[in-house]
Amino acid sequence: MKKLLVLFILAAFVSVLYPLYSSFHGSTGLTEVSQFYASKENIEKVNSQNLVTAVVVTYRGLDTLGEVTILFLTAAIIAFFLKKESDKRTLRKNSEIFKTAAKLLIPIITMLGIYIFINGHLTPGGGFQGGAVIASAVILMFLAFPNMEFSHKFFESLESVSGLVYVGLAAFGAILGLGFLDNAILPLGKFGELFSAGAIPVIYSFVGLKVGAELSNILHKFKSVQADN
Amino acid sequence: MEFKIITTLLGILMLAMSFIAIYHKKMIVAVIATGAVGLFASIMYLFLAAPDVAMTEAAIGSGLSTIIFFYVLNRIRQNDKEGRESDEIDEIPNK
Amino acid sequence: MEYITITTGFLIILAGLWAIMTRKNLIRIIIGFSLFDTGIHIVMVSMAFVKGGVAPILDKKELLTDTAHKIVDPVPQALVLTAIVIGLGVTALMLAYAMRLHQEKKSLDIESFKDLKW
Repeated sequence: MKKLLVLFILAAFVSVLYPLYSSFHGSTGLTEVSQFYASKENIEKVNSQNLVTAVVVTYRGLDTLGEVTILFLTAAIIAFFLKKESDKRTLRKNSEIFKTAAKLLIPIITMLGIYIFINGHLTPGGGFQGGAVIASAVILMFLAFPNMEFSHKFFESLESVSGLVYVGLAAFGAILGLGFLDNAILPLGKFGELFSAGAIPVIYSFVGLKVGAELSNILHKFKSVQADN
Repeated sequence: MEFKIITTLLGILMLAMSFIAIYHKKMIVAVIATGAVGLFASIMYLFLAAPDVAMTEAAIGSGLSTIIFFYVLNRIRQNDKEGRESDEIDEIPNK
Repeated sequence: MEYITITTGFLIILAGLWAIMTRKNLIRIIIGFSLFDTGIHIVMVSMAFVKGGVAPILDKKELLTDTAHKIVDPVPQALVLTAIVIGLGVTALMLAYAMRLHQEKKSLDIESFKDLKW
C-alpha cells in the first residue's frame, strides 16, 4: 500500500516534469534579460570581464545579499543546536609527514582562495568559490592539529565586519544617488585589468571573506561536538 | 562527438553513483558516492561552459559537504557505542 | 549534448525523490535531498547552454562585438552559483537536526519519531 502511494507520488511528479522536458529543444539564444546584460553599452557600463560576476554582484546583488543572510541564519541555528562538549580531546597522534605537509599547504591554499576572490571579475571564480577554498584550508587545519586553539571569536568578528562593510558599500551607492549596490562608486578603470569594474572586486572580496568565515564557523561547530575516541 | 561520448559516460557514472548512494549497506560508502556525484557534476558543468559553477561545485559539493557528513557520522557512532551495542547507522533492521 | 545532461539531471532528481520517500534512515534521507539539489542544478545549467557558445568571460577582443550571440546564458549560472552555497548550509542544518534527534531518541529510524503522529 505504502509503496503504491510512493509510486503514485513519483508518477505525479514525473507528469509535472515531463512537459518541461519534452518542450526543451536546446536553447538557441539568450533570454531577453541576458541579452540586455550582454549588450555593448551595459558591458561598458559595468566594465567587468566576467559576466557571471557582474550578474551576481551588480545586477542581482540583492539576491546575493539574501543568500548571505540565509547562510548566516543557518550558521546561527547550527550554533544553537550543537552544544560544545569537551575542550581537549585525546586522539591518536597524526603522522609527522601529514603535519609538516599541512603546515606547508595551509598558507598556500589560503592564498589561492584570496587570489580567486580578488580576481573574481577577470577569471572564473569569485567570493563564493574563494570562500569555499579558504574553508577547505581551515578543514585541513582541523584535521592536522585537532587540539590547536582556534579562536572562533576572530572568525565571528571577521564575518560581522565583512557583512557590515558589504551592506555599507551597497548603501553608499544609494547615498550617492547611483542606486543600491551600484559598482560605479569607485572609478571604473580599464577593461580587463585588476583595478577595473569599480567596486565589484571590493564587494566580492568582502563576500568571500564572509562566506569563508561562515563556512569555517559551521565546520568548527561540527568539530567541537566530537567526543573522545 | 567526443564530448557527447564523455558526457554520456559521465551521466551513466553519476546515475550508478546515486544508486550506490541510495542502496549501499555501509553509510560511509554512500557518503563517498554522494561526493562522487558532485565531482562528476562539476566536470559536466565544465562541458556546459560554466566554469564558475564547476569551481563552486568541486569545492563545496565534493569537499566540504562530505566532511560535514563524516563529522556527523563519527559523532553518531560514538553515541551508539556509549549506549548499546548496535550498529544501527549502517542498516535499520526490518520489523 | 544538452539533451544528455538534462536527461541525467531529471533522472537524478527522481532518484533523490525516491530516496527521500522510501528510505528509513535519516542520514540516507538527507543524502536524497543532496542528490535532488544536484539534479536541479544540472537541469538549470543545461537550460542555460547555447549551442556553440563559450563561457561568459570576455577575455578575447572578438568576443566584445556582438556578445549576445557568442556566449551562453550567464543568469542561470549566477543563480546556480548561489544555490550551491545555500545547499551546503541547508544540508549542514539538516545534519545538525539529525544529530540532535539521535541524541534524544538514540535512533535514526524515521519510524521511531512518532511524537507528532495522531
